[in-house]
Amino acid sequence: MNEYNFAYLDEQTKRMIRRAILKALAVPGYQVPFASREMPMPYGWGTGGVQVSAATLTPEDTFKVIDQGADDTTNAVSIRKFFENTAGVKTTEETEKATVIQTRHRTPEAKLRKDQIIVYQVPIPEPLRFLEPRETETRKMHSLEEYGLMHVKLYEDISQHGAISTAYAYPVKVSDRYVMDPSPIPKFDNPKLEMDAIQLFGAGREQRIYAVPPHTKVVSLDFEDYPFEATKADHPCDLCGAEDSYLDEVIMDDAGNRMFVCSDTDYCRSRREAGHVGRLAEENAA
Amino acid sequence: MTAQTQFSGGFQNAPVQAAHAFRAAMTVMAQPGEIRDLRGAQPPKPLSIAAGTLLLTLCDPETKVHLAGEFNTDGVREWLTFHTGAPISQAAVADFAVGSWAELSPLGSFRIGTAEYPDRSATLIVECDALQQAGAILSGPGIKDTARLSLPDAPALQANAALYPLGCDFFFTCGDRVAALPRSTQISVEA
Ligand SMILES: [Zn+2]
Repeated sequence: MNEYNFAYLDEQTKRMIRRAILKALAVPGYQVPFASREMPMPYGWGTGGVQVSAATLTPEDTFKVIDQGADDTTNAVSIRKFFENTAGVKTTEETEKATVIQTRHRTPEAKLRKDQIIVYQVPIPEPLRFLEPRETETRKMHSLEEYGLMHVKLYEDISQHGAISTAYAYPVKVSDRYVMDPSPIPKFDNPKLEMDAIQLFGAGREQRIYAVPPHTKVVSLDFEDYPFEATKADHPCDLCGAEDSYLDEVIMDDAGNRMFVCSDTDYCRSRREAGHVGRLAEENAA
Repeated sequence: MTAQTQFSGGFQNAPVQAAHAFRAAMTVMAQPGEIRDLRGAQPPKPLSIAAGTLLLTLCDPETKVHLAGEFNTDGVREWLTFHTGAPISQAAVADFAVGSWAELSPLGSFRIGTAEYPDRSATLIVECDALQQAGAILSGPGIKDTARLSLPDAPALQANAALYPLGCDFFFTCGDRVAALPRSTQISVEA
Protein backbone atom coordinates (compact mmCIF):
# COMPACT_ATOMS: atom_id res chain seq x y z
CA MET A 1 0.00 0.00 0.00
CA ASN A 2 1.42 3.35 -1.05
CA GLU A 3 0.51 5.76 1.71
CA TYR A 4 0.91 8.71 -0.63
CA ASN A 5 -1.99 7.49 -2.74
CA PHE A 6 -4.16 6.16 0.04
CA ALA A 7 -7.34 4.78 -1.56
CA TYR A 8 -5.86 5.26 -5.07
CA LEU A 9 -6.71 8.95 -5.55
CA ASP A 10 -4.15 11.71 -4.99
CA GLU A 11 -4.74 14.16 -2.16
CA GLN A 12 -5.81 17.08 -4.36
CA THR A 13 -8.50 14.97 -6.04
CA LYS A 14 -9.79 13.75 -2.69
CA ARG A 15 -9.92 17.35 -1.39
CA MET A 16 -12.00 18.37 -4.41
CA ILE A 17 -14.39 15.45 -3.85
CA ARG A 18 -14.55 16.14 -0.11
CA ARG A 19 -15.49 19.78 -0.71
CA ALA A 20 -18.26 18.60 -3.06
CA ILE A 21 -19.54 16.13 -0.44
CA LEU A 22 -19.76 18.87 2.22
CA LYS A 23 -21.76 21.15 -0.11
CA ALA A 24 -23.95 18.19 -1.07
CA LEU A 25 -24.74 17.57 2.61
CA ALA A 26 -25.50 21.28 3.12
CA VAL A 27 -28.07 21.28 0.28
CA PRO A 28 -29.71 17.83 0.44
CA GLY A 29 -30.74 16.42 -2.93
CA TYR A 30 -28.93 19.08 -4.99
CA GLN A 31 -26.42 17.69 -7.50
CA VAL A 32 -22.96 19.18 -6.96
CA PRO A 33 -20.70 19.07 -10.06
CA PHE A 34 -17.25 17.56 -9.55
CA ALA A 35 -14.29 16.79 -11.80
CA SER A 36 -14.54 13.02 -12.08
CA ARG A 37 -11.22 11.21 -12.54
CA GLU A 38 -10.30 8.24 -14.67
CA MET A 39 -10.50 5.15 -12.52
CA PRO A 40 -8.96 1.76 -13.27
CA MET A 41 -12.38 0.32 -14.12
CA PRO A 42 -14.97 1.13 -16.81
CA TYR A 43 -17.89 3.53 -16.33
CA GLY A 44 -20.91 1.52 -15.35
CA TRP A 45 -18.74 -0.20 -12.75
CA GLY A 46 -19.49 2.46 -10.20
CA THR A 47 -16.64 4.91 -10.77
CA GLY A 48 -18.66 7.70 -9.11
CA GLY A 49 -19.33 5.61 -6.05
CA VAL A 50 -15.71 4.44 -5.99
CA GLN A 51 -14.44 8.03 -5.97
CA VAL A 52 -16.83 9.03 -3.17
CA SER A 53 -15.79 5.97 -1.16
CA ALA A 54 -12.10 6.77 -1.77
CA ALA A 55 -12.60 10.28 -0.39
CA THR A 56 -14.54 8.96 2.61
CA LEU A 57 -12.59 5.89 3.79
CA THR A 58 -10.08 5.91 6.64
CA PRO A 59 -7.67 3.00 7.32
CA GLU A 60 -9.82 1.93 10.31
CA ASP A 61 -12.99 1.44 8.26
CA THR A 62 -14.68 -1.85 7.49
CA PHE A 63 -16.00 -1.77 3.94
CA LYS A 64 -18.87 -3.66 2.33
CA VAL A 65 -19.90 -3.66 -1.34
CA ILE A 66 -23.35 -4.67 -2.53
CA ASP A 67 -24.34 -5.26 -6.14
CA GLN A 68 -28.10 -5.80 -6.63
CA GLY A 69 -28.22 -6.92 -3.01
CA ALA A 70 -25.37 -9.44 -3.34
CA ASP A 71 -21.78 -9.28 -2.11
CA ASP A 72 -20.42 -11.95 -4.45
CA THR A 73 -20.91 -10.58 -7.97
CA THR A 74 -17.85 -9.80 -10.10
CA ASN A 75 -18.50 -6.07 -9.75
CA ALA A 76 -18.81 -6.16 -5.95
CA VAL A 77 -15.79 -8.44 -5.52
CA SER A 78 -13.56 -6.28 -7.69
CA ILE A 79 -14.49 -3.03 -5.91
CA ARG A 80 -13.94 -4.71 -2.54
CA LYS A 81 -10.50 -5.97 -3.66
CA PHE A 82 -9.66 -2.52 -5.05
CA PHE A 83 -10.04 -0.90 -1.63
CA GLU A 84 -8.40 -3.81 0.21
CA ASN A 85 -5.36 -3.20 -2.00
CA THR A 86 -5.32 0.61 -2.20
CA ALA A 87 -6.61 1.59 1.27
CA GLY A 88 -5.76 -1.49 3.32
CA VAL A 89 -9.26 -1.50 4.80
CA LYS A 90 -10.94 -4.53 6.28
CA THR A 91 -13.92 -5.78 4.28
CA THR A 92 -17.04 -7.63 5.30
CA GLU A 93 -20.24 -9.04 3.85
CA GLU A 94 -22.13 -8.35 7.08
CA THR A 95 -24.12 -5.12 6.96
CA GLU A 96 -23.91 -4.72 10.72
CA LYS A 97 -20.09 -4.86 10.78
CA ALA A 98 -19.56 -2.38 7.94
CA THR A 99 -18.79 1.28 8.60
CA VAL A 100 -18.86 2.28 4.92
CA ILE A 101 -21.11 0.47 2.43
CA GLN A 102 -20.96 1.03 -1.31
CA THR A 103 -24.03 -0.16 -3.18
CA ARG A 104 -25.53 -0.54 -6.60
CA HIS A 105 -29.29 -0.98 -7.03
CA ARG A 106 -30.27 -1.72 -3.42
CA THR A 107 -30.53 -0.32 0.10
CA PRO A 108 -29.83 -3.00 2.72
CA GLU A 109 -32.82 -4.51 4.52
CA ALA A 110 -31.13 -4.05 7.91
CA LYS A 111 -31.67 -0.66 9.52
CA LEU A 112 -28.45 1.34 9.20
CA ARG A 113 -26.95 3.17 12.18
CA LYS A 114 -25.82 6.77 12.58
CA ASP A 115 -22.16 5.73 12.55
CA GLN A 116 -22.54 4.11 9.12
CA ILE A 117 -22.18 5.70 5.68
CA ILE A 118 -23.78 4.34 2.52
CA VAL A 119 -22.46 5.31 -0.90
CA TYR A 120 -24.74 4.74 -3.91
CA GLN A 121 -23.42 4.21 -7.43
CA VAL A 122 -25.47 6.37 -9.77
CA PRO A 123 -25.66 5.98 -13.56
CA ILE A 124 -27.97 8.93 -14.36
CA PRO A 125 -28.19 11.47 -11.52
CA GLU A 126 -30.63 13.88 -13.19
CA PRO A 127 -34.24 12.83 -12.52
CA LEU A 128 -35.49 15.29 -15.15
CA ARG A 129 -33.14 14.06 -17.89
CA PHE A 130 -35.70 11.91 -19.72
CA LEU A 131 -38.04 14.92 -19.86
CA GLU A 132 -35.39 17.45 -20.85
CA PRO A 133 -32.03 16.47 -22.38
CA ARG A 134 -30.36 19.86 -21.94
CA GLU A 135 -28.38 20.35 -18.73
CA THR A 136 -28.88 24.14 -18.82
CA GLU A 137 -32.65 23.59 -18.83
CA THR A 138 -32.75 20.98 -16.05
CA ARG A 139 -30.58 23.26 -13.86
CA LYS A 140 -33.10 26.04 -14.47
CA MET A 141 -36.01 23.74 -13.65
CA HIS A 142 -34.41 22.75 -10.32
CA SER A 143 -33.63 26.38 -9.50
CA LEU A 144 -37.27 27.36 -10.09
CA GLU A 145 -38.66 24.19 -8.46
CA GLU A 146 -40.37 23.59 -11.77
CA TYR A 147 -41.32 19.96 -11.24
CA GLY A 148 -44.74 19.98 -12.93
CA LEU A 149 -43.52 17.98 -15.94
CA MET A 150 -42.35 15.20 -13.64
CA HIS A 151 -45.83 14.92 -12.15
CA VAL A 152 -47.35 14.95 -15.64
CA LYS A 153 -45.12 12.02 -16.64
CA LEU A 154 -46.12 10.01 -13.57
CA TYR A 155 -49.77 10.82 -14.18
CA GLU A 156 -49.53 9.68 -17.81
CA ASP A 157 -48.33 6.36 -16.40
CA ILE A 158 -51.49 6.13 -14.36
CA SER A 159 -53.78 6.90 -17.27
CA GLN A 160 -52.00 4.35 -19.49
CA HIS A 161 -51.34 1.55 -17.01
CA GLY A 162 -53.78 2.25 -14.19
CA ALA A 163 -50.79 2.70 -11.86
CA ILE A 164 -47.41 4.39 -11.77
CA SER A 165 -45.26 1.93 -13.72
CA THR A 166 -41.91 3.35 -12.59
CA ALA A 167 -40.46 0.50 -10.51
CA TYR A 168 -36.81 1.62 -10.15
CA ALA A 169 -35.17 5.02 -9.66
CA TYR A 170 -38.54 6.29 -8.49
CA PRO A 171 -38.16 10.07 -7.98
CA VAL A 172 -38.24 11.60 -4.50
CA LYS A 173 -38.43 15.12 -3.12
CA VAL A 174 -35.76 15.81 -0.51
CA SER A 175 -36.35 18.13 2.42
CA ASP A 176 -39.29 19.78 0.60
CA ARG A 177 -36.99 21.27 -2.04
CA TYR A 178 -35.06 19.20 -4.63
CA VAL A 179 -36.42 16.35 -6.71
CA MET A 180 -33.75 13.62 -6.66
CA ASP A 181 -33.06 10.33 -8.39
CA PRO A 182 -32.40 7.78 -5.63
CA SER A 183 -30.36 5.69 -8.16
CA PRO A 184 -31.87 2.52 -9.66
CA ILE A 185 -33.01 1.03 -6.35
CA PRO A 186 -36.45 -0.63 -6.45
CA LYS A 187 -39.17 1.69 -5.23
CA PHE A 188 -39.61 -0.81 -2.37
CA ASP A 189 -36.43 0.76 -0.95
CA ASN A 190 -37.67 4.36 -1.14
CA PRO A 191 -39.12 4.48 2.42
CA LYS A 192 -35.68 3.43 3.75
CA LEU A 193 -34.13 6.64 2.36
CA GLU A 194 -35.20 8.33 5.61
CA MET A 195 -32.54 6.69 7.76
CA ASP A 196 -30.02 7.28 10.56
CA ALA A 197 -26.93 6.88 8.33
CA ILE A 198 -25.31 9.40 5.97
CA GLN A 199 -26.24 8.69 2.33
CA LEU A 200 -23.88 9.82 -0.43
CA PHE A 201 -24.52 9.44 -4.17
CA GLY A 202 -21.76 9.45 -6.81
CA ALA A 203 -22.18 9.58 -10.60
CA GLY A 204 -18.81 9.18 -12.37
CA ARG A 205 -19.62 9.62 -16.04
CA GLU A 206 -22.09 12.44 -15.29
CA GLN A 207 -19.74 14.01 -12.70
CA ARG A 208 -22.24 14.67 -9.94
CA ILE A 209 -22.27 14.11 -6.17
CA TYR A 210 -25.35 14.49 -4.00
CA ALA A 211 -26.34 13.54 -0.49
CA VAL A 212 -29.08 12.92 2.03
CA PRO A 213 -28.08 13.56 5.67
CA PRO A 214 -29.56 11.39 8.44
CA HIS A 215 -33.19 12.06 9.45
CA THR A 216 -33.90 14.06 6.30
CA LYS A 217 -37.43 14.13 4.92
CA VAL A 218 -37.57 12.12 1.69
CA VAL A 219 -40.97 11.86 -0.01
CA SER A 220 -41.70 9.70 -3.06
CA LEU A 221 -43.66 11.75 -5.59
CA ASP A 222 -47.30 10.70 -5.80
CA PHE A 223 -50.89 11.87 -6.07
CA GLU A 224 -53.68 12.05 -3.55
CA ASP A 225 -55.80 9.55 -5.47
CA TYR A 226 -52.76 7.36 -6.35
CA PRO A 227 -50.56 7.30 -3.24
CA PHE A 228 -47.04 5.89 -3.49
CA GLU A 229 -46.75 2.17 -2.74
CA ALA A 230 -43.48 0.43 -1.88
CA THR A 231 -44.38 -2.77 -3.70
CA LYS A 232 -42.55 -6.09 -3.95
CA ALA A 233 -43.41 -9.65 -5.03
CA ASP A 234 -46.33 -10.78 -2.83
CA HIS A 235 -44.55 -13.83 -1.49
CA PRO A 236 -42.32 -14.80 1.43
CA CYS A 237 -38.66 -15.70 0.80
CA ASP A 238 -38.42 -19.39 -0.12
CA LEU A 239 -35.17 -19.77 1.81
CA CYS A 240 -35.64 -17.77 5.01
CA GLY A 241 -39.38 -17.09 5.08
CA ALA A 242 -38.95 -13.30 5.33
CA GLU A 243 -42.10 -11.42 4.39
CA ASP A 244 -40.59 -7.95 4.71
CA SER A 245 -37.69 -8.14 2.27
CA TYR A 246 -37.30 -7.38 -1.43
CA LEU A 247 -37.29 -10.59 -3.48
CA ASP A 248 -35.62 -11.78 -6.65
CA GLU A 249 -37.48 -14.32 -8.76
CA VAL A 250 -35.20 -17.17 -9.75
CA ILE A 251 -36.07 -19.75 -12.45
CA MET A 252 -34.98 -23.15 -11.12
CA ASP A 253 -35.36 -25.61 -13.97
CA ASP A 254 -36.52 -26.16 -17.56
CA ALA A 255 -40.01 -26.95 -16.30
CA GLY A 256 -40.35 -23.30 -15.31
CA ASN A 257 -40.35 -23.87 -11.56
CA ARG A 258 -39.35 -20.71 -9.79
CA MET A 259 -38.45 -19.54 -6.37
CA PHE A 260 -38.43 -16.18 -4.61
CA VAL A 261 -35.37 -15.30 -2.55
CA CYS A 262 -34.20 -12.23 -0.67
CA SER A 263 -32.20 -9.95 -2.95
CA ASP A 264 -30.17 -8.91 0.13
CA THR A 265 -27.98 -12.00 0.51
CA ASP A 266 -26.58 -10.96 3.90
CA TYR A 267 -30.09 -10.42 5.29
CA CYS A 268 -31.22 -13.85 4.04
CA ARG A 269 -28.14 -15.64 5.39
CA SER A 270 -28.36 -14.02 8.82
CA ARG A 271 -32.05 -14.96 9.06
CA ARG A 272 -31.30 -18.59 8.12
CA GLU A 273 -28.46 -18.68 10.65
CA ALA A 274 -30.95 -17.46 13.24
CA GLY A 275 -33.15 -20.46 12.45
CA HIS A 276 -35.75 -18.97 10.11
CA VAL A 277 -36.88 -21.43 7.46
CA GLY A 278 -38.62 -20.80 4.13
CA ARG A 279 -40.80 -23.05 1.95
CA LEU A 280 -38.01 -24.76 -0.01
CA ALA A 281 -35.79 -25.21 3.00
CA GLU A 282 -38.73 -26.92 4.74
CA GLU A 283 -39.26 -29.27 1.77
CA ASN A 284 -35.61 -30.20 1.77
CA ALA A 285 -35.74 -30.94 5.47
CA ALA A 286 -38.85 -33.10 5.08
CA MET B 1 11.37 24.54 21.92
CA THR B 2 12.13 26.30 18.68
CA ALA B 3 9.95 29.06 17.34
CA GLN B 4 7.27 27.90 14.96
CA THR B 5 8.07 28.53 11.32
CA GLN B 6 5.90 28.39 8.28
CA PHE B 7 7.41 24.97 7.51
CA SER B 8 6.25 23.27 10.69
CA GLY B 9 2.83 22.33 11.92
CA GLY B 10 1.58 20.51 8.82
CA PHE B 11 0.29 16.93 8.65
CA GLN B 12 2.89 14.27 9.43
CA ASN B 13 0.99 11.70 7.36
CA ALA B 14 -1.30 13.74 5.12
CA PRO B 15 -3.35 10.94 3.47
CA VAL B 16 -4.36 9.39 6.79
CA GLN B 17 -4.69 12.56 8.87
CA ALA B 18 -6.72 14.28 6.15
CA ALA B 19 -8.98 11.22 5.89
CA HIS B 20 -9.66 11.29 9.64
CA ALA B 21 -10.16 15.05 9.64
CA PHE B 22 -12.58 14.89 6.73
CA ARG B 23 -14.66 12.23 8.46
CA ALA B 24 -15.00 14.48 11.50
CA ALA B 25 -15.91 17.44 9.26
CA MET B 26 -18.42 15.39 7.29
CA THR B 27 -19.98 13.95 10.44
CA VAL B 28 -20.64 17.37 11.96
CA MET B 29 -21.86 18.89 8.67
CA ALA B 30 -24.26 15.94 8.26
CA GLN B 31 -25.46 16.19 11.88
CA PRO B 32 -25.71 19.81 13.00
CA GLY B 33 -25.26 20.08 16.76
CA GLU B 34 -22.76 17.21 16.97
CA ILE B 35 -19.28 18.13 18.24
CA ARG B 36 -16.16 16.15 17.26
CA ASP B 37 -12.44 16.26 17.98
CA LEU B 38 -10.44 17.58 15.05
CA ARG B 39 -6.64 17.39 15.26
CA GLY B 40 -3.58 16.90 13.10
CA ALA B 41 -2.29 20.40 12.34
CA GLN B 42 -0.19 22.60 14.65
CA PRO B 43 -0.97 25.99 13.11
CA PRO B 44 0.49 29.33 14.18
CA LYS B 45 -1.54 31.47 16.58
CA PRO B 46 -4.25 32.68 16.58
CA LEU B 47 -5.47 29.72 14.47
CA SER B 48 -6.90 26.89 16.57
CA ILE B 49 -5.85 23.29 15.98
CA ALA B 50 -9.32 22.49 14.62
CA ALA B 51 -9.38 25.47 12.21
CA GLY B 52 -5.83 24.74 11.03
CA THR B 53 -6.71 21.07 10.49
CA LEU B 54 -9.80 22.02 8.45
CA LEU B 55 -7.73 24.34 6.26
CA LEU B 56 -5.12 21.63 5.57
CA THR B 57 -7.89 19.11 4.83
CA LEU B 58 -10.00 21.21 2.47
CA CYS B 59 -7.84 23.96 0.93
CA ASP B 60 -5.37 23.92 -1.96
CA PRO B 61 -4.46 26.09 -4.97
CA GLU B 62 -8.05 25.74 -6.25
CA THR B 63 -9.63 27.43 -3.20
CA LYS B 64 -9.47 31.08 -2.23
CA VAL B 65 -9.16 31.71 1.49
CA HIS B 66 -10.07 34.90 3.31
CA LEU B 67 -8.29 35.60 6.61
CA ALA B 68 -10.36 38.01 8.68
CA GLY B 69 -8.96 40.61 11.06
CA GLU B 70 -6.42 39.32 13.56
CA PHE B 71 -6.13 36.06 11.58
CA ASN B 72 -4.58 37.93 8.67
CA THR B 73 -1.00 37.83 9.98
CA ASP B 74 2.28 37.18 8.17
CA GLY B 75 2.62 33.97 10.15
CA VAL B 76 -0.82 32.59 9.21
CA ARG B 77 -0.49 33.68 5.57
CA GLU B 78 2.92 32.06 5.20
CA TRP B 79 1.85 28.85 6.95
CA LEU B 80 -1.29 28.51 4.84
CA THR B 81 0.53 29.27 1.59
CA PHE B 82 3.36 26.84 2.36
CA HIS B 83 1.12 23.93 3.36
CA THR B 84 -1.84 24.37 1.00
CA GLY B 85 -0.88 26.76 -1.82
CA ALA B 86 -4.28 28.39 -1.37
CA PRO B 87 -4.46 31.99 -2.63
CA ILE B 88 -5.40 34.55 0.04
CA SER B 89 -8.42 36.58 -1.07
CA GLN B 90 -10.98 39.23 -0.26
CA ALA B 91 -14.19 38.11 1.44
CA ALA B 92 -16.32 38.62 -1.69
CA VAL B 93 -14.59 35.89 -3.72
CA ALA B 94 -13.54 33.52 -0.93
CA ASP B 95 -14.37 29.80 -0.93
CA PHE B 96 -13.30 29.59 2.72
CA ALA B 97 -12.93 32.26 5.38
CA VAL B 98 -11.49 32.09 8.88
CA GLY B 99 -11.99 34.51 11.73
CA SER B 100 -13.88 35.34 14.86
CA TRP B 101 -17.59 35.96 14.42
CA ALA B 102 -17.11 39.72 14.88
CA GLU B 103 -14.43 39.82 12.19
CA LEU B 104 -16.45 37.74 9.72
CA SER B 105 -19.59 39.85 10.19
CA PRO B 106 -21.61 41.03 8.40
CA LEU B 107 -22.20 37.85 6.41
CA GLY B 108 -23.35 39.87 3.42
CA SER B 109 -19.75 40.12 2.17
CA PHE B 110 -19.60 36.39 1.35
CA ARG B 111 -20.75 34.40 -1.66
CA ILE B 112 -24.09 32.61 -1.17
CA GLY B 113 -24.11 30.63 -4.45
CA THR B 114 -26.41 31.13 -7.42
CA ALA B 115 -29.90 29.76 -8.07
CA GLU B 116 -28.48 27.20 -10.50
CA TYR B 117 -25.27 26.52 -8.54
CA PRO B 118 -26.03 26.94 -4.82
CA ASP B 119 -22.82 25.01 -4.05
CA ARG B 120 -20.75 28.00 -5.19
CA SER B 121 -20.96 29.60 -1.76
CA ALA B 122 -18.46 30.36 0.97
CA THR B 123 -17.74 28.06 3.88
CA LEU B 124 -16.94 30.06 7.02
CA ILE B 125 -14.69 28.72 9.76
CA VAL B 126 -15.71 30.63 12.87
CA GLU B 127 -13.25 30.55 15.77
CA CYS B 128 -15.22 30.49 19.03
CA ASP B 129 -14.32 30.93 22.70
CA ALA B 130 -16.73 28.16 23.65
CA LEU B 131 -18.51 25.33 21.87
CA GLN B 132 -21.34 23.55 23.65
CA GLN B 133 -24.45 21.56 22.94
CA ALA B 134 -26.52 24.29 24.54
CA GLY B 135 -28.32 27.42 23.49
CA ALA B 136 -30.06 27.79 20.13
CA ILE B 137 -32.46 25.01 19.11
CA LEU B 138 -31.69 23.42 15.75
CA SER B 139 -33.94 21.34 13.51
CA GLY B 140 -33.90 20.13 9.92
CA PRO B 141 -31.83 17.71 7.81
CA GLY B 142 -29.34 15.70 9.88
CA ILE B 143 -31.20 16.25 13.14
CA LYS B 144 -33.50 13.79 14.88
CA ASP B 145 -36.20 16.02 16.40
CA THR B 146 -34.02 18.87 17.72
CA ALA B 147 -30.42 19.58 18.73
CA ARG B 148 -28.76 22.42 20.59
CA LEU B 149 -25.63 24.34 19.78
CA SER B 150 -23.99 27.48 21.14
CA LEU B 151 -24.23 29.90 18.19
CA PRO B 152 -22.46 33.25 18.07
CA ASP B 153 -25.43 35.13 16.57
CA ALA B 154 -28.74 33.33 16.08
CA PRO B 155 -30.56 36.15 14.18
CA ALA B 156 -27.79 36.48 11.55
CA LEU B 157 -27.72 32.71 11.09
CA GLN B 158 -31.52 32.58 10.84
CA ALA B 159 -31.29 35.18 8.08
CA ASN B 160 -28.72 32.99 6.31
CA ALA B 161 -31.02 29.95 6.60
CA ALA B 162 -33.85 32.02 5.12
CA LEU B 163 -31.85 32.27 1.89
CA TYR B 164 -32.07 28.49 1.41
CA PRO B 165 -31.10 26.82 -0.91
CA LEU B 166 -28.58 29.66 -1.13
CA GLY B 167 -26.45 30.75 1.80
CA CYS B 168 -23.13 30.18 3.55
CA ASP B 169 -22.21 27.06 5.50
CA PHE B 170 -20.35 27.19 8.82
CA PHE B 171 -17.83 25.30 10.88
CA PHE B 172 -17.45 26.43 14.48
CA THR B 173 -14.03 25.67 15.93
CA CYS B 174 -12.77 25.90 19.50
CA GLY B 175 -9.38 24.48 20.38
CA ASP B 176 -9.35 20.98 18.93
CA ARG B 177 -13.13 20.63 18.59
CA VAL B 178 -15.51 21.33 15.73
CA ALA B 179 -19.25 21.63 15.05
CA ALA B 180 -21.05 22.73 11.89
CA LEU B 181 -24.16 24.52 10.73
CA PRO B 182 -25.25 24.06 7.12
CA ARG B 183 -27.64 26.58 5.58
CA SER B 184 -30.40 23.92 5.72
CA THR B 185 -30.70 24.10 9.53
CA GLN B 186 -33.68 25.89 11.04
CA ILE B 187 -32.77 27.88 14.15
CA SER B 188 -34.97 28.99 17.01
CA VAL B 189 -34.22 30.56 20.36
CA GLU B 190 -36.27 30.16 23.50
CA ALA B 191 -38.25 33.23 24.40
ZN1 LIG C 1 -34.50 -14.73 2.54
